[in-house]
Amino acid sequence: MEFETVIGLEVHAQLLTETKIFCNCSTKFGGAPNSHACPVCLGMPGVLPVLNKKVVEFAMKMALATNCLINKSCSYARKNYFYPDLPKGYQISQYAYPLAEHGHVFLDVDGVQKKIGITRIHMEEDAGKLIHDEHNPFSYVDLNRTGVPLIEIVSEPDMRSPEEAADYLKRLHEILVYLEICDGNMEEGSFRCDANVSIRPRGQKEFGTRAELKNMNSFRNVQRALEYEVKRQQYLVENGGKVVQETRLWDDAQSVTNSMRSKEEAHDYRYFPDPDLVPVIVDDTWVEKIAKELPELPLAKRERFVKDYQIPAYDAGVLTVDKALAGYFEDVVKLCSSPKAASNWVMGDVLKFLNEEKRDIRNCPISATALAEMICLIEDGTISGKMAKDIVEEMYKTGKDPKAIIAEKGMVQITDEGALSIAIQKIMDANPNQLKDYRGGKDKLFGFFVGQVMKATQGKANPQLVNDLLKKMLAG
Amino acid sequence: MELNQLTIHELQGKIKSGKTSAVQIAESVFKRIDAVEKQVHAYIRLMKEEALAAAKKADDDIKKGNIKQLTGIPIALKDIVCTKGITTTCGSHILHNFVPPYNATVVEKLSAAGAVFVGKANMDEFAMGSSTETSYFGVTRNPWDLERIPGGSSGGSAAAVAADECIASIGSDTGGSIRQPAALCGIVGLKPTYGRVSRFGLVAFASSLDQIGPFTKDVEDCAIMMNVLAGYDSRESTSVQAEVPDYRQFVGRDIKGWKIGIPKEYFIEGIDPEVSSAIKKAISVIEKSGGQCIDISLPHTQYCLAVYYIIAPAEASSNLARYDGVKYGFRTAEARDLLDMYKKTRTQGFGAEVKRRIMIGTYALSAGYYDAYYKKASQVRALIKRDFEEALKKCDIILTPTTPTPAFKIGEKTDNPLQMYLSDIFTISTNLAGIPGISVPCGFTASGLPIGMQFLAGHFEEGKLIQIASAYEKNAKIEKRRPQL
Ligand SMILES: [Zn+2]
Repeated sequence: MEFETVIGLEVHAQLLTETKIFCNCSTKFGGAPNSHACPVCLGMPGVLPVLNKKVVEFAMKMALATNCLINKSCSYARKNYFYPDLPKGYQISQYAYPLAEHGHVFLDVDGVQKKIGITRIHMEEDAGKLIHDEHNPFSYVDLNRTGVPLIEIVSEPDMRSPEEAADYLKRLHEILVYLEICDGNMEEGSFRCDANVSIRPRGQKEFGTRAELKNMNSFRNVQRALEYEVKRQQYLVENGGKVVQETRLWDDAQSVTNSMRSKEEAHDYRYFPDPDLVPVIVDDTWVEKIAKELPELPLAKRERFVKDYQIPAYDAGVLTVDKALAGYFEDVVKLCSSPKAASNWVMGDVLKFLNEEKRDIRNCPISATALAEMICLIEDGTISGKMAKDIVEEMYKTGKDPKAIIAEKGMVQITDEGALSIAIQKIMDANPNQLKDYRGGKDKLFGFFVGQVMKATQGKANPQLVNDLLKKMLAG
Repeated sequence: MELNQLTIHELQGKIKSGKTSAVQIAESVFKRIDAVEKQVHAYIRLMKEEALAAAKKADDDIKKGNIKQLTGIPIALKDIVCTKGITTTCGSHILHNFVPPYNATVVEKLSAAGAVFVGKANMDEFAMGSSTETSYFGVTRNPWDLERIPGGSSGGSAAAVAADECIASIGSDTGGSIRQPAALCGIVGLKPTYGRVSRFGLVAFASSLDQIGPFTKDVEDCAIMMNVLAGYDSRESTSVQAEVPDYRQFVGRDIKGWKIGIPKEYFIEGIDPEVSSAIKKAISVIEKSGGQCIDISLPHTQYCLAVYYIIAPAEASSNLARYDGVKYGFRTAEARDLLDMYKKTRTQGFGAEVKRRIMIGTYALSAGYYDAYYKKASQVRALIKRDFEEALKKCDIILTPTTPTPAFKIGEKTDNPLQMYLSDIFTISTNLAGIPGISVPCGFTASGLPIGMQFLAGHFEEGKLIQIASAYEKNAKIEKRRPQL
């Protein structure tokens, strides 16, 4: 039987506000345990939450960037459950009245734009963290993260493969980082993803029973966990078993998913409107103000790059993954007026060097100005492309500009016809047999002569000029 | 008259004229406490040292001519308002050792106005009760009859004022917890409009109903206290930015031409005949004072108790979830694992009434029951609120008995929660509607128990309540009695 996979994702993104959602504590990651905490986020008796408006504005940015409708009024609800990292015994979230609904993003699936629906985006507070003592029967509670603002982005079950799910996740990630509302760090947990996955016989309209997957802390793990889970469900069904509704945890070391709790064991969160908070009224003026603050988004930037710079869609895709990289590229283009060359150098050598060192474009030792200068030197024939390869590596290592490196190493290209003719004549004289064979029809020996000229000029000869001169002189 | 028997405004006169000092007033209060507190048990914790230090500071201020609204006035705080560095137990074992690192907003306001805090007053555990019998720290006795309850949940605060163990006090009112004990102890108690007085630092019972208010010996003192307590607080999202008048200006004004609504649903069978006749007498005083009494109807009154006993426990079940033994307060000594610690801590830490309400509330919010209970109750609550809005278009004030009976005996209703709940039948609707209400003394039973009458007004019309209560107080000429202790 052929199966179709159905996937929906729930993404939690920590917002980069200075302070927490309901108090004035810092949201900074990595302070000493419980150093970013106050009576409000510690859930002490009698304290009350006061909403940080910035959280609403950050969430509105994501809602607008994903084409959601922002509700005129939304409100907070309490999600009740007991856990030591949840000091109030409830999480303040949104339930019946979320901030925004009915959005979408587009994915490129085999060259076709596929629309993935976004059910809703809502705001909530993060929980703290437990630190388990390995030697004693104790666990410690760190509440620094408690009350750090989150948005939850819930997708429609519109994805049909683990690759699509990973791609969707990357698109969301990209948008959040572009908006500068989330740092997108999956390892530190500022960008987290749960997945709902089910299978159904191809052609069937009804959804199959779904499993919820948790604990995947990288794009790769999301895809691997989904691939595993799809196979597991197929195996079950093909062997007369039944998929049960449950929550499963991805075990990275074993590369499997394991059951965490069944539907029967699922919590009843007893959501109800939080009486300590008033509804948030979002009027058109506010939405317009936020809409004006939105930066150019990845998709628009991609399309603009293809149109304005005439570079391939693939290049535009790579260059716009990171807003800073795209900016770097544009800075280079502005100074060298050769977009395709700029794209090649950025995507090729520059990204290769950075990736090898896991370095960010913001810390690239080669400034956009220097790279542009180097491209200009190739264009005007001062250096060859081959020389440039060495120069750019040197630029990355030393941070020096290309002219300085060229001067230091005497790397200027030989474009003097007279000098080159003399060099060629010497080579012809030194290799009479090869010359005879070439003139007798062995065309392949042309390459031999090119090599000899390059060797003699330490690679500094202008390749085009060498070609032209050799053809003329070898012909006799 | 001893200093501790005087009102705020009387003491202010003596302070201003230099006839007495804050230290003398405080000493007089503590002398009284030494004499009667063993019988009354109004306090969970006394703050004698702090009070005398504050009184000394007040005297320094007085010498400098810096006399504020409550300079040198001894005030008791219900043990539900957080006091920095002083245990705040909420009458519960689970918070018996909890020391807040912050003050409630009202504590800061009272402090800034020069008040001297006498102690933390006893209360029903987490304000759940109508008799102060559910307190982990033992029952408070009614100063008028030590065999009887003082009302609740702010029973300690009411008894302390009635027994002259302080000059005024702070209570909280979720379904009548200020007005009912005020009535049963023969003093004035006001529940302000929801949002009028900051809830920051008030340990939450039912957040959409809770409101802090004062207990005083007379109406003028109530106005003075409201001048200090009322106002917007940026630390509370439900606090309202409405103008705060000088409430004292309403004292002594007449009520000529006012329409007083008498809701027929509040004059039902089951009201004690002595209460009934006291209210009838009071109505005639109001009419003689220039008020015109008219019949009104609040048609959804019969649902108030049911709505309240869904919404309040639902909110409480969530508000009290934080008492889990993890961070502060009581933790069981005998836990095997996390779940066991939760269960034993909460089983041992909460009393029976609190557990009963947590269970009711949890049930009402559960999947499959939410619509039938919590949601339905919220819808009916909106209708109850509308009843008042409609009624208050026809009249300025609504008049009702505060309680159906005078103070009942200790232990009389502890085995019958429903009977206990009925003692708040006239006060609960006010909280559901969010409007203000005041209880004023309107006489005594033959056996000498106080009876209270309640006035209700529209949102933020505390001034009107003070005006009519003051007019009634002046014209009714209720004989001044003091409990014999
Ligand atoms: Zn905080």
